[in-house]
Amino acid sequence: MNILRFITAGSVDDGKSTLIGRLLYDSKSILADQLEQLEKSSAKKNDKGEIDLALLTDGLRAEREQGITIDVAYRYFTTPVRKFIIADAPGHVQYTRNMITGASNAELIIILIDARQGVVEQTRRHSIIASLLKIPHVVVAINKMDLVDFSQDVFNNIIIDYSKVAAQLGLKDVKFFPISALQGDNIVERSEHMSWYEGPTLLQFLEEVPVENDINLNDQRFQVQYVIRPQTEDLHDYRGYAGKVQSGIFKKGDKIKILPAGIESTIESVEIGGKELSEAFAPQSVVIRLTDDIDISRGDAIVGRDQGPELKSELDVVLCWLDEKPLQPGNKYYLQHNARTVRTVVRNLEHKIDVNTLQPLEVSTPVTLNEVVRAKLKTAAPVVYDSYENSQTNGAAILIDETSNSTVAAVLFQ
Amino acid sequence: MSEYKLDYLQELEAESIYIMREVAAQFEKPALLFSGGKDSITLVHLAKKAFAPGRIPFPLVHIDTGHNFPEALEFRDQLAKEVAATLIVRNVEDTIRERKLTEPKGKFASRNWLQTYTLLDTIEEFSFDACIGGARRDEEKARAKERIFSVRDEFGQWNPKLQRPELWNIFNGRIHKGENVRVFPISNWTELDVWNYIREEQIDLPSIYFSHERDLIEHEGQLIASSSFIRLDPEDVVIREKVRYRTVGDMTCTAAVRSTADNINDVINEIKATRISERGETRIDDKVTEAAMEDRKKNGYF
Repeated sequence: MNILRFITAGSVDDGKSTLIGRLLYDSKSILADQLEQLEKSSAKKNDKGEIDLALLTDGLRAEREQGITIDVAYRYFTTPVRKFIIADAPGHVQYTRNMITGASNAELIIILIDARQGVVEQTRRHSIIASLLKIPHVVVAINKMDLVDFSQDVFNNIIIDYSKVAAQLGLKDVKFFPISALQGDNIVERSEHMSWYEGPTLLQFLEEVPVENDINLNDQRFQVQYVIRPQTEDLHDYRGYAGKVQSGIFKKGDKIKILPAGIESTIESVEIGGKELSEAFAPQSVVIRLTDDIDISRGDAIVGRDQGPELKSELDVVLCWLDEKPLQPGNKYYLQHNARTVRTVVRNLEHKIDVNTLQPLEVSTPVTLNEVVRAKLKTAAPVVYDSYENSQTNGAAILIDETSNSTVAAVLFQ
Repeated sequence: MSEYKLDYLQELEAESIYIMREVAAQFEKPALLFSGGKDSITLVHLAKKAFAPGRIPFPLVHIDTGHNFPEALEFRDQLAKEVAATLIVRNVEDTIRERKLTEPKGKFASRNWLQTYTLLDTIEEFSFDACIGGARRDEEKARAKERIFSVRDEFGQWNPKLQRPELWNIFNGRIHKGENVRVFPISNWTELDVWNYIREEQIDLPSIYFSHERDLIEHEGQLIASSSFIRLDPEDVVIREKVRYRTVGDMTCTAAVRSTADNINDVINEIKATRISERGETRIDDKVTEAAMEDRKKNGYF
């Protein structure tokens, strides 16, 4: 059994929370007492006696009162085949940063489209986030088919429209599903109303979509998080470098180098919990020991000798701005690249990227919340990285405001 | 290809170990909040694994309400010794006395609310800047919304509308003086994941997690251990039943479930078959309002 992490996105009232409620309900992940609570809350909201599945996911009082999703909620369900981690992200424009939070760890995105509305501005915006963050698999769930008489023509027309968007954005693995989240058609059970649809149900697809191929086993990348030095009598000289394998396979005898210092060494052992492993791969958290006694600290990279990542202090990046306070060119920020933090200054703002068209826009106004911009960063020390295109684990970072400590931007290395 | 694939429990473990190490590296004075329950026992196991062969580089902190199961306390002391960790215990009893707090009254007078005072005092006493807790997002709606690194202000309060974006596996632990961060390494685990992991890793648990005989009273369908901490009324009938605990909190607010499962396989099978959620079945403190947990968290609760 493995894990699939996915995010659901849609505009207001597309039925996103209802879809998640339906997945949980039909996969029997909602238990009797939770259902009872739900019935009570539903009765408070409507007098039709119907269960409002959306109430399951809206966890904050303000959300229940306003009937909207403000922040990402995480939901879990398990079938015999997979464990699913759902990030239920808000659809409103002003909560895009929360959607990016949910999308950054997702292997798959479900974009909901209201069958009556077709592709709308928010569909494009959510698809652009999927494209920017390189979410490998895209599911387009065309919802509320019950309100368009389960029409195959409506479904096909939306496929044609969306395919243009996908082509423009370079989204590759896109699958379409005609569903009704409210009534449960094609979610877990096959729809009785759409015999013309021959594909799998949504859940069947989520169970089967291969995710293991997304792991890079070639480029050895490991960043030191923490140095283990017990300094006890029996472990006097022990030095272990604790961290997570970002990509590639690490094993005893591998010839490696340490960056940014550029020192070469050999792996003496790969361990976890004090026991030696024959090899380690992503995303395992392990301890690496080297044959040489070298001064290595948090944030240093251990990489394969012949497969150098980039090592630069002038970086081309795309920034997704996530803070209420606009970007201040010339101000210093912290750039946190996993375990490595360096000070940085935003040098050039090259152009903004229109999040509705992906077209470049001239930078004539400050970069504000939810805007995306191409920029150049200058860092106080070199950064060891790969492009986000090649590595989502070594190609991403965040900017932190030195004075407020807030996370103000998502950084994608180009 | 297929040999380079982690099982889901290994993947969850790897994520949690990564988070533990971030805490140790990013903070000056972290602590692990230990309750004696299975989730915090799992945390200790993960911490042990994360820093082996070194010791766990932070103390275990227990906020003792004085209403704990004796079996859980005994287990706590033994575990701390076993992993050679520093154990700090602070008593709610003392806080009540020193701060002249009013003890809640009633049949099941719970000190759950008052714990927060002792916790915040302890954080101040030791200048803890990060507290690792065993909360899971599947437990409760408000928890489902909380970040893995959850920044609390100087009053220990959680502001759900002002949470930092938490991107990829990058955890921003920068805080101002006086603030602290609650860290939840097993956020993405479910109840069943924890049990399966305990089985896989052969982690010891206090005996009350398994079937045993106990004197109880039945109150609104829930089985509460008969103890000096609850008020027995004339109409209460003390019964003796075979039960186990699905969660371990205070004796005043944790309910037992009827069970004959005396080993982990049987416990897992029972949990798989149950139609009632963990908190719903065992916690009498969550039932007050739909936003009970959200309110407690805003006040500085875990």
